[in-house]
Amino acid sequence: MTSTITEASEIPDERELPEPSVVESKDFSAANLFHTYAPLAGIAILALVLLVWAPNSLSSFRLGNLGKYCAWALAAVGIGLAWGRGGMLVMGQGVFFGLGGYVMAMHMKLEAAGPGNVPDFMVLYGDATMPSWWEPFRSGPFTLFAIIALPAFVSFVLGSAILKRRVKGAYFAILTQALAVAFATLLVATIKQTGGFNGLNSFTTVFGHNLFDPAIKKNLYLIVAGLLILCLLIVWQLSRSRYGELLVATRDAEERIRFLGYDPADIKLVAFVVAAIMASIGGAMFVPLVGIISPSDVDASASIMLIAGVALGGRASLLGPALGALAVGLGQSMLSEQFPTQWTYFQGALFIVVLLFLPGGVASLWSKLTGVFPRRSRAVGATTPEPEVVS
Amino acid sequence: MTQSFRGEDYIEVRDLTVDFDGFKAIEGVDVTFMQGRLHFLIGPNGAGKTTLVDALTGLVQGTGRAEFRNENLLTMKSHKIVRLGVGRTFQTASVFEQLSVLQNLDIAAGLHRKAAGLLLRRRKVPESVERALETIGLTSLANRPAGILAHGQKQWLEVGMLLVQDAQVMFLDETVAGMSTEERDETGELLQRIAGDRTIVVIEHDMDFMRRYADFVTVMHGGKVLAEGTVVEIQADPQVQEVYLGTAGEVVANG
Repeated sequence: MTSTITEASEIPDERELPEPSVVESKDFSAANLFHTYAPLAGIAILALVLLVWAPNSLSSFRLGNLGKYCAWALAAVGIGLAWGRGGMLVMGQGVFFGLGGYVMAMHMKLEAAGPGNVPDFMVLYGDATMPSWWEPFRSGPFTLFAIIALPAFVSFVLGSAILKRRVKGAYFAILTQALAVAFATLLVATIKQTGGFNGLNSFTTVFGHNLFDPAIKKNLYLIVAGLLILCLLIVWQLSRSRYGELLVATRDAEERIRFLGYDPADIKLVAFVVAAIMASIGGAMFVPLVGIISPSDVDASASIMLIAGVALGGRASLLGPALGALAVGLGQSMLSEQFPTQWTYFQGALFIVVLLFLPGGVASLWSKLTGVFPRRSRAVGATTPEPEVVS
Repeated sequence: MTQSFRGEDYIEVRDLTVDFDGFKAIEGVDVTFMQGRLHFLIGPNGAGKTTLVDALTGLVQGTGRAEFRNENLLTMKSHKIVRLGVGRTFQTASVFEQLSVLQNLDIAAGLHRKAAGLLLRRRKVPESVERALETIGLTSLANRPAGILAHGQKQWLEVGMLLVQDAQVMFLDETVAGMSTEERDETGELLQRIAGDRTIVVIEHDMDFMRRYADFVTVMHGGKVLAEGTVVEIQADPQVQEVYLGTAGEVVANG
């Protein structure tokens, strides 16, 4: 596996390159089985840690914190797909995180207010009348539907508009970042409808369950951890599918893909929408776990925190984005206890340092140190060939 | 003309003009690419050969008409043109170097797949891919990354990708440039093998290669069609001799 120069006598102009990542179904050799199922084993280990070890070992407080990191990690897994494999540096995932979060928060706010009543902040800041578009969110099923459908719709419309116009690279990053800024500004400006700068908080129940009940808290944690594992499995299947190969090929040679008869915009749009839905689910789980969502959870700097975790873990690897987001979440908790105001600087510095010195993230450390290309998860995606930041 | 024309599957280009901010790279070109023959497009550097192909494959905007199967190619997007059955290669081979030879072909074969099928893993090698591997002679290298292929082999892989795309029209941009003599011969034979009822258009600088394999030749000069005909007719054309073949020795050397 380290050397490809064997048996290549008939091939002139040979260079050291990764071994082909094709895993033929005919070939059931141990090595191939390992490389097909190693990512799956990684997910299984993470599942054991999150779903078995953590609930039995951590205090309720720590478990709640871990749940919050899992909510971020959900968004990060989507970013790994869109950025790591699709080459779209999505700098504004806070928008979709926020859509899911606010949808869930609106429902919980209405639950806390009780049937027929309006949320408390509308009495405080407004004239105690509720905008009509709040009304549907009294319904639990509608809320769950909206958590998926709203970001899917918004990302489809935005993605079509951006990608069909062939906006890419730095322009794509800046555009999505601007969306996050605009979204947060809009929330702040509409205090009577969305709670403004304070966001939405003081919830009591989630779908009829008492938020202060330790058993409910634990179940909420188990749900977010389970969803994280589920999303990892979805991305695993996507990346080993033909679509996954196509997405990586589009990332590396968009114009060439056009001459194979595909519209690159369509291929990227699928990844963009999937990433948006995952961010939205993360946001929706964030609210009952943390008890608040405010513009500062969805703005540009929150979006960069999500990206920083993905960059740290390794954007093109399967587990990298999730582990990176968990690590950044933990780092934020620990550092912000000691340096409450400086955390943002740490986070920005981390993002820059990782992209400068370790563009493939921690996931690429092993191959860097040993000089071996890992053949993980269909290899094409796992090894990031170009250390280009916004490609 | 002495050729036998089998079908109606041709591209008819009429009054094609490509204007780059006032500079007319191509002006009023009329040319018809017929089915079943190796059609060579020659001319000195800057004659507009590649621009012509770019315009017909949606890479640059052109005015006029280019009709294929009752569609005007000039108004279509690149990927739609490919789906209509018109494929091309580029001067520099642009295979996916990280992917294996097989994966390259498989991706090219994908445009005929349903969207849902894309979400699954590849289970077996499609038949069209196996056939293409045979045709281009890369079966033994199927599982090697395309990046390790020799220059010539990469170009053959590109041709193979057009085969699995089921391209009825192939534009090959300087496919044999930089190839060894043996590779050129193999490429020529490959093209003759696959020509069948396809329309193959070869942009070329190599006069020897053209003489050996061309069924029909269009000579371009200064963005216009200078002459058309068989190799013999072209070589006998005094105009062509003057602007092109007269200095061909030098031009070809650096082409």
